[in-house]
Amino acid sequence: MQKTVLSGNEAFARAAYEAGVAVASAYPGTPSTEILENITQYDRIDASWAPNEKVALEVGIGASIGGARTIVTMKHVGVNVAADPLFTFSYTGVRGGLVLVVADDPEMHSSQDEQDSRQYARFAKVPMFEPADSQEALDFTRLAFDVSEQFDTPVFVRSTTRISHSKSIVELGEPLAELPETGLVRNPGKFVMLPSNARVRHPLVEKRLEEMSEWACAQGFNRIEAGDGQLGIITSGVAYQYAREVFPEADILKLGMVYPLPGQMIRDFAARFKTLYVIEELDPFIEEQVRAMGIVVTGKDKVPICGELTPGRLREAFSVNPQRLEPIEEVLPSRPPNMCPGCPHRNVFHALNRLKAYVTGDIGCYTLGFMPPLSAMDTCICMGASIGNATGLSKVLDEEERKKVVAVIGDSTFLHTGINGLMDMVYNKSTATVLILDNSTTGMTGRQDNPATGYTLDGDTAYQVDLEAICRALGVKHVVTIDPFQVDNTRAVIKEAMERPEVSVVITRRPCVLIKHDVVKTSTPLYVDQEKCVACKACLTIGCPAISWESGKVGEKGYCRIDRLICNGCQVCMQLCKFDAFGVCDD
Amino acid sequence: MTDMTITNILMAGVGGQGTLLASEILSEVLMQAGYDVKKAEVHGMAQRGGSVVSHVRFGKKVFSPIIPEGDADVLFGFELLETYRYLPLVKKTGAVVVNNLRISPPSVALGKAEYPQDIARKLNERVDNVRIVDGLELAEQAGNSRTVNTVLLGALSNTLAPSLEQWVAAIKSLVPERFQDVNLKAFELGRTAG
Repeated sequence: MQKTVLSGNEAFARAAYEAGVAVASAYPGTPSTEILENITQYDRIDASWAPNEKVALEVGIGASIGGARTIVTMKHVGVNVAADPLFTFSYTGVRGGLVLVVADDPEMHSSQDEQDSRQYARFAKVPMFEPADSQEALDFTRLAFDVSEQFDTPVFVRSTTRISHSKSIVELGEPLAELPETGLVRNPGKFVMLPSNARVRHPLVEKRLEEMSEWACAQGFNRIEAGDGQLGIITSGVAYQYAREVFPEADILKLGMVYPLPGQMIRDFAARFKTLYVIEELDPFIEEQVRAMGIVVTGKDKVPICGELTPGRLREAFSVNPQRLEPIEEVLPSRPPNMCPGCPHRNVFHALNRLKAYVTGDIGCYTLGFMPPLSAMDTCICMGASIGNATGLSKVLDEEERKKVVAVIGDSTFLHTGINGLMDMVYNKSTATVLILDNSTTGMTGRQDNPATGYTLDGDTAYQVDLEAICRALGVKHVVTIDPFQVDNTRAVIKEAMERPEVSVVITRRPCVLIKHDVVKTSTPLYVDQEKCVACKACLTIGCPAISWESGKVGEKGYCRIDRLICNGCQVCMQLCKFDAFGVCDD
Repeated sequence: MTDMTITNILMAGVGGQGTLLASEILSEVLMQAGYDVKKAEVHGMAQRGGSVVSHVRFGKKVFSPIIPEGDADVLFGFELLETYRYLPLVKKTGAVVVNNLRISPPSVALGKAEYPQDIARKLNERVDNVRIVDGLELAEQAGNSRTVNTVLLGALSNTLAPSLEQWVAAIKSLVPERFQDVNLKAFELGRTAG
């Protein structure tokens, strides 16, 4: 078969196609997002963005009950949102095979925590595969559909950033020629989880795990790689690659399925070695289960729990060929991510900074409003949390402080899990202010569509959710929509909303400059007249990447300048200049 | 035991500079040349003008997708400060191929920090083989200022085994047809200069 270089995420998508998947649902989240985006290239799969991960899984469950093979994908924290259906679906089992691909983010490259999803496998009693490269991402995911149907269970495939976003050579497989038959089949004893039915299902779940643990001992995805017989290592996922690299002589038990563990296989392997290591990223998940078998191992007493594992960190943990890196002595200026030039969020945070608001934040590009010089975010917990946080905070403040509380949430995040918070805010008579930053896209994950953009994953037009109408329907009387590029008006409207002794919503509406549909036509770039610039630095307070400070020659004043190659002409800086120093370039 | 000789290329730059396409072409040419190849990078929050790093590794058999700290053979830099930042991860006997470009990070743009001086000299002090390429100038010569990444690949290609024909084939397979000629020109200019 054909060989090609694929990322883990491309391989997960390919596996869905080869396995005869008919339905795919997801909410975008780094590092999982590209799985669904890649699935759109396969016409026979009905792929769609759901408003959140719970809905995505529920859609997947429905398709499975209808007989289709189904894939649902999300990032690690998405499983928290989808946990409710997941735990009960573990009891009902499937009709068509269902695979949930979850992508963890050790090191938190783009996440608010580094929870270890393998714990969900044990908690929800759902088997979990863990690939170590793109080839295994393809092979294990494809296999997971068979396993799902064979054992009547949803199946997890766990990825991490280094699996999802690494590329390696993959040999493609032959896709199933026909999709499984679908249609209505009534089976209420299996799918209606009333207590009386659920009590019947739970023992089946326990039995399933026992059977799988035994079955997994004889499957090729759990394999032993022979070494020189001195050191035994149990490992899985990308940690296997690091272990192979750092301990080339070791005997390795490489687990392709991390839950349930192949008990007898582990006992037999462990009995052969005086020294046994468990090498895994994040929690001591395998280690604790191996210890519970009465086996002595070395693991998290040496390998760090926090952060991602790297070959260097592994070398250091076991003092194997540690490299002495010579650090650079001078302090280098850091280069954190920043909002783009022309980003509609920038001026909103400038206004909140000036109004000294206490900002309960949320998850999206706008979380960068935390960064200096905007420095206008005080909390950020999880998707949708800003609104509930603002309600709770307001409950314990005096009247003056209460006015300072502003929740900030994006359009996609509001539809994800923000609506319930706003409903509670009105219902329980809070007085806080909510800003919905509507940039018509799900920006941070790479500009995906959502129900408020008017487009689907396939780029088809769709009903565009009316955010103002939702807010009013929830009982918000004061809903104002503004253009966040208008500096004075933005500040005035937010200030008035903050003063109001009732819930008020301000929707700041302006599309992301990088939006995919209805491409934003950027305006002519600006320039700064050096003669008129008095070096007050007011324009620098918005932290736009297009504006920089030039310190003048000795004895002369400095001035601000604009990089016209990246300026989008949004004119926010221009409105902050009291000295008329800005002009529009001639084109 | 398998042959453990692996070549490690660490790419460093600023989000939006086109490091991704360059690392794609690099992986493709190495695969076509018969190597096992792995490449790792981080998306999402790391974009948006932040510091970005890609790892490309090749050899008979590659395990880890990320380069063990201190084992990089080539540091392939798209911007001076970002190249300097990752210098400790390179072998002393390694090579640096770097674009002669400064992009001010936010603290420098705000006048709150200085862009480090004399980076070229500092690179030379630590690593034996440093090549500085005027990426933008050569890209403009090729006819499109957006081909800097291909110019840099051309300069890098001198340090690697694949033949010119293999590079040309990889560029043709990954660059849209209407941009192929200008990219091939850019590659050639970089290869001659590097």
